[in-house]
Amino acid sequence: MIASLSLILLCQLVGEIFVHSLAVPVPGPVVGMMLLLILLLLRDRFTRLAHGPLQGNGVEAGAKGLLAHLSVLFVPAGVGIVQKLDLLAEHGIAIAAILAISVVVTLLVTVATFLLVGRFMAGNRPAT
Amino acid sequence: MNSNPFSLWVYLSQTPLLWLTVTLLVYATADALSMASGRHPFANPVFHSMWVIAAFLLVTGTSYTTYFSGAQFVHFLLGPATVALAVPLYENRRVVASAILPMLVALAVGCATAIVSVVLLAQALGLPRSVVLSLAPKSVTAGVAMGISESLGADASLTAVAVILTGIMGAMIVTPLMNRMGITDFRARGFAVGLASHGIGTARAFQVDAVAGVFAGIAMSLNALVTSLLVPLAVTLLVR
Repeated sequence: MIASLSLILLCQLVGEIFVHSLAVPVPGPVVGMMLLLILLLLRDRFTRLAHGPLQGNGVEAGAKGLLAHLSVLFVPAGVGIVQKLDLLAEHGIAIAAILAISVVVTLLVTVATFLLVGRFMAGNRPAT
Repeated sequence: MNSNPFSLWVYLSQTPLLWLTVTLLVYATADALSMASGRHPFANPVFHSMWVIAAFLLVTGTSYTTYFSGAQFVHFLLGPATVALAVPLYENRRVVASAILPMLVALAVGCATAIVSVVLLAQALGLPRSVVLSLAPKSVTAGVAMGISESLGADASLTAVAVILTGIMGAMIVTPLMNRMGITDFRARGFAVGLASHGIGTARAFQVDAVAGVFAGIAMSLNALVTSLLVPLAVTLLVR
């Protein structure tokens, strides 16, 4: 468990170092995620890498433990709404309406694009 | 020694222990209620934890800074949780590889829709420029969105609130919306909610279907990348 968590933190740390030293406009944890993915894929190819958290489902179990409670991690930032009550009193309804419309439009456009491209690839073009 | 309960409160209310406990306890209760409701979309545990804790802070006159001294231990784990998304991605690599083209096109179109729709609507309703800029990155995960907001000179704490509200709205609406539209492809459903509503949408997707959760996680991570590049461009083109 400790070794798995260390590996996850290490990936994030390397990601942050990479992002900050090269000034790339990508978040450090996203680079860390790609790094962990590469490590897992390399482990399957080179058995010599299968040590510590990279063997016997170690880091897999640790990561799933973290992801099982993903939504609790957003609560502290959400409570930050208490700092914005005056702004929300002024523009709250407009902001809520804008966010709601935008999220519905984004959901529909994304799902439609995904399905259309998927169907196009499968060879049967949808009739327009 | 502490015969006065008020002085005990004064002591405890300044400790991280109390606020960490409150955060986890309220969430555990909200999550248990959500489970008891059969994961009803409106029993969203983030939404209910958020207003209960916010109300508690207002009633006790506690500042957000004091609250965050305890809650930061939970907030910190957002980064490692993003790294941890590599594991479901790895385990479902074959499903993902087979859908790589629909994913990339949907990513580009969806990401542009998320940014352009919110900027145009906010300007149409006459919101101040600083608010428009703060809302622009609302579809990506909190840490990334706040970074984008800061680089635009906008209000990062307003961005955080917009991010969480967007996440909650998407998580609440996705299941009824997709069911009504008759969409049964859980890869597409998951991808859409991860793109529109980042981690809160991803958490919702994992509750509904494992494949949906994986696609939501991928959409969330890819969108963090693309949005960081697209928001500055969209703001230059669209914001007056």
